[in-house]
Formats: sequence, structure tokens, C-alpha cells
Amino acid sequence: MMLTRESLLNWAMIAALLVVPLAAWSLDEPFIITLATKAAILALAGVGLNIALGLGGLISLGHAAFFGIGGYAMGILAAHAQNYEPLFEWPFLFEGSNQMPLIWLVAVVFSALAALVIGALSLRTSGVYFIMITLAFGQMLYYFAISWSAYGGEDGLSIWVRNEFPGLNTLDPIQFFAIAYVILCLALVFAARLARSPFGLALAAARQNEDRVQAVGLTPFVLRLTAFVISGAITGLAGALFADLNRFVSPTMLSWHTSGEIMIFVILGGVGRLYGPVAGAALYILLEHLLGGISDYWQIFLGVLLLLIVLFARGGLIGALAGREKAHG
Amino acid sequence: MTYILVLEQILNGLQLGMMLFLMAAGLTLVFGVMGLINLAHGSLYMVGAFAAAAVAGWTGSFLLALIASLAAAAAAGALMELVVIRRLYRRDHLDQVLATFALILIFSEGTRWLFGSFPLFLDVPSYLSGPVSLPGGIQYPLYRLTIILIGLAIAAGLFLLIARTRIGIQIRAGEADREMIAALGVDISKLYTLVFALGAALAGLAGALVGAIQSVQVGMGEPVLILAFVVIVIGGIGSIKGALAGALLVGMTDTLGGVFLPQLFAVFMDPASAASAGASLASMLIYILMAAILLVRPSGLYGGSA
Repeated sequence: MMLTRESLLNWAMIAALLVVPLAAWSLDEPFIITLATKAAILALAGVGLNIALGLGGLISLGHAAFFGIGGYAMGILAAHAQNYEPLFEWPFLFEGSNQMPLIWLVAVVFSALAALVIGALSLRTSGVYFIMITLAFGQMLYYFAISWSAYGGEDGLSIWVRNEFPGLNTLDPIQFFAIAYVILCLALVFAARLARSPFGLALAAARQNEDRVQAVGLTPFVLRLTAFVISGAITGLAGALFADLNRFVSPTMLSWHTSGEIMIFVILGGVGRLYGPVAGAALYILLEHLLGGISDYWQIFLGVLLLLIVLFARGGLIGALAGREKAHG
Repeated sequence: MTYILVLEQILNGLQLGMMLFLMAAGLTLVFGVMGLINLAHGSLYMVGAFAAAAVAGWTGSFLLALIASLAAAAAAGALMELVVIRRLYRRDHLDQVLATFALILIFSEGTRWLFGSFPLFLDVPSYLSGPVSLPGGIQYPLYRLTIILIGLAIAAGLFLLIARTRIGIQIRAGEADREMIAALGVDISKLYTLVFALGAALAGLAGALVGAIQSVQVGMGEPVLILAFVVIVIGGIGSIKGALAGALLVGMTDTLGGVFLPQLFAVFMDPASAASAGASLASMLIYILMAAILLVRPSGLYGGSA
């Protein structure tokens, strides 16, 4: 593999995301570990969105739906487990679960199903309709969660103890960070392989020239729907982790501001760049932490920065540091 | 359940529909003429409401407050267009979404910084408060009736503006062929600013009118913005007629669903679970309506090609 400036930068970033919390661990600074964990989880959500947005060219403004479904998968399973209330009794008795692997599985399956339904309806349209419809479906789930009083309604659901992972103590910040970091790395490897696979190439081709893709006998709708489902599933997994980080899930995770923020991670880093969400999420957490300390109104600065990046520096952070993107197929 | 209650709810649906139309008209005009998706339209609604609340606080006059909402939102819209939006016309939708999302952050936090987080209140003036008797023995709040009438008047005015005036001809020509109208000597960038400010003024007026019923607070524009998106997706993006039809459909569905679904569920469920199931389904009803319409007509009721 040729080491370009971008791949060097990628290695540096992923290493920094590991070194910073390790250093914080040795200095006994659990808050910094938590910030790094948050960055890793949000980056994972961005990696998910980037498969639809960067690779497939699908501007989804409704990814909070999948993030929130992942969050509620964790909240509902864990709430039943902690209260010993059966979630269902047929076909077998199931009292929820506090095991992360099962929670992740449920989060992935349900967000993939939601992405299948939302994608199948939304992908009938394109362009600006697609943006608005994904936004509207996300908002639909948001209002549904608010009115669903069985699981906390507007107040959300709190979990007293973080869920368990076999062989690890998830209450220890550095061990929970390790879980999030490993999943992020696996997702990055998966996304990289996906982009180079025949499917990924066909998807990128459908973004660039729909007619030609059709002419060689592929169906853009199926390619896009598959990408949308994969994308939603990864974002859903991130949602389950995020809820576990906070031990709390609320309709806010489903709100369209969350969709916008996930998109901001992708854009701050650079659209279509594999490691863009990592750079973007890390920068976002850093800004939130630094500017948030200066002013309660730090989102004004975030807005101005985002505006400047969109208007004048379209490659995002990676674009600014690593130069123009190489032509990709 | 009596027919008076039904009629009252139909009027409430009409009132919500008229407010949504004021929002949706600007959005759909801006998309139709400039091809721009503007998420910050809800911020202009908020600007109108805050301007009205501030002016009503200083002068005590509701009429001045409404004029202030129009002027402030139009000015904010024109400024927004001149500084940011006009750089986005040639960009793709992703850039437009992001830049206008950034504008929301700036406007919302800026307003919070200026006015604080606590809601402001805008009172209905005494000459518009209280109920009025309508034929059929219905008692209906005069203020809500006024909103319906203002909405109808503006809808009529907008149709006349677009169908009968020189500016309307230019707007329609701009939708059809941007290069040609520029070649014919129309100052296209001035036209764009004008259309944007017009849409902004309507949004600001809607904000002020609704602000007197609800409270005036940061973020008030966003739920309305998303409803307005649903409206123009249903109606067909770029079509004023579609915006009106969509607004009425969404206003009615939302209002009537919220009132009657729980009652409908109570027929075959116990009251408590009927109330919660009905409320849950009612909150999703307009999105289900949108999905159903898109299944039949992917580009909306009055949409051409997207």
C-alpha cells in the first residue's frame, strides 16, 4: 500500500484517539477518557452515515432515527432486565437483557429493518425530496418516542448500571473505551473493504452516473437501498453504545438536530473520506469542550465554522491537511 | 361528540393549515425559483415572532408588532440571501443543507444570547380576543378566525401576484428558464433577493401570528419547518397551489387525528390505552399520509419533475 499524506494522517488520527485516553488513564483523568469514548462512538455513527452519504451520495437527514432506535434498543432491553419485567412471554419468556452483545444485535437488526422500510419509501424519490422525506421519517419516530409513555415518553429512560460485556468491567472508563474503539476500528476496516468491493464500486458508479450503471445491468435502487440499510445498521450500533455511555436514552437522540450533528461530523472531517468522521467527531468534541468552556453560546462559533468550511474549504479538515482527494473510481 | 365539536376542530385544522401555508409558500417559491433547499426558513419564523414580541412590548400595539415581524423577517431574509444564500445556488443540495443548518445554529444561539432562554409572551389584543358566534351556533375564538382570514387573504394575494403582475411573470419565467430570463435583461440576482425576502416576510408573519397563541421561544420554528417540509413534499415542490393543498391536508389531518383518533380507539379499547395509542398514532399520522401520497405520486400532488 502506498503511503499517501492522507493515509499517514489517518494512521496518526486513529493512533491519537488511542494514545490520548491511554495517557489520561495513566494520569487518572477519567473525564478525558469519557470524552474520547464519546468521540469514538460519534465517529462510528458518522462512519455509518458516510456509507450512505459519501459512497452512495444519499443525503439522509434522518439518521437520528437509526441512532435513536439503537439507543432505545439498549434502553428497553436494559430497563426490562433491571426491573425483572418480562418484555414478552410468547413464544418464550424474555426478561430483557443487560448483555451488550445481545443488545447490539437487537440494535443492529431493528435499525436495519427501519432503514429498509424508510429507505424503500424514500428512495422512490431523489434529490431534495429524499432529504426532506428522510428528515420527516426521522421526525415521525421522534414524535412517536415522545408520545410513547410506556418507555419514558419525553423524559426518556435511565439505566442504573451500565450493561455488561463478557470478561470486561464496563464500569471502568478505559475498558468501555476499549470496546468502543475496537468497534470503531472494525467498522473502519469494514467500510474500507466495502468501498473497494464490487458492491462499493457499483454504488459509487450509481452516484456518478445512474444511466450507465443501469446500462450494464445493475439496479441503482437495490444498490442504494442496500447501502442505506448497512449505513443505518452501523449508526444504530453507535446509538446503542452512545446510550450505554450515558446510561440514558431520550427522544433527543431521535431529533433532527442529532441527524444534523452526525452529518456535521462527516463534513467537518471531509465528505467521502474514510476517516472523515473520525476527524470530524474528534474536532466536534474538542470544540464543544474548549468553546463550551468559554461561552454558553458556543454553537454560534460552530455554526460560523461550519459555514466557512462549506463555503470556502469543501474538503473539510482532512482536505485542509492532506490536500486534494485523489481521483477515485 | 357533537357536530359543533367537529366543526370547531375543522376550523382549528383550517387555522393550522393557513399557518403552514404561510411557511410553505416561501419554501416552495425559493425552491422553485432558485432550486435551493433552505433549512433556515424556521429561523425566519422565529425572527418574526421575536420582533413582534419586542415591538409589542415597547409600543403595546399589535398592528405595529405584525408590521415589525414582516419587516424584520424580510430584512433578515434579504441579509441572509446577500451574505450566504447566493453563494449556494450553484452548489449541490448537500452544501445547501449544511450551510443553512449552520445558519440555524447561528440564528438560534444568537437569539438566545440576545433574548435569553425564557419564552416571551405576545398577547392577543383586546379587540381580537374573546369568542365570536358563527352561524350554526358555534362559539369560536375571534383571533383564530382572524388568522384564517389573514391566511386566505395572503393566499389570494400571492396567486394574484404570481398570475397577474410583472414580478409574477418574472418569477414564473425564473422557474422555467433561468438563463433565458437573464438574457432578456431581468436583473436575476435582484429578483432572487426579492423572492427570498418575500418568503421570509411570510414566514415572519406566521411566526408573529402563532406567537400570540403559543409562546415565543428559541427553536419554535423547527417543528413548523418540518411540518412545512411535509406540506411541500405532499403538494409538490415548487408549486404554490400544491403548498396550499398540502397545507390544508396536513393541518386537517394533524388536528382531526389528534382529537378523534383517541376517541375512535376508545370504541374497542379501554380508555387509558386508547388515549395513549391514539396519541401515538396521531403524532405519526401526517407522516403516514405523506408516505401514502408518495407511493402513489412520488413527486407530490402538483409536482412536475423534481
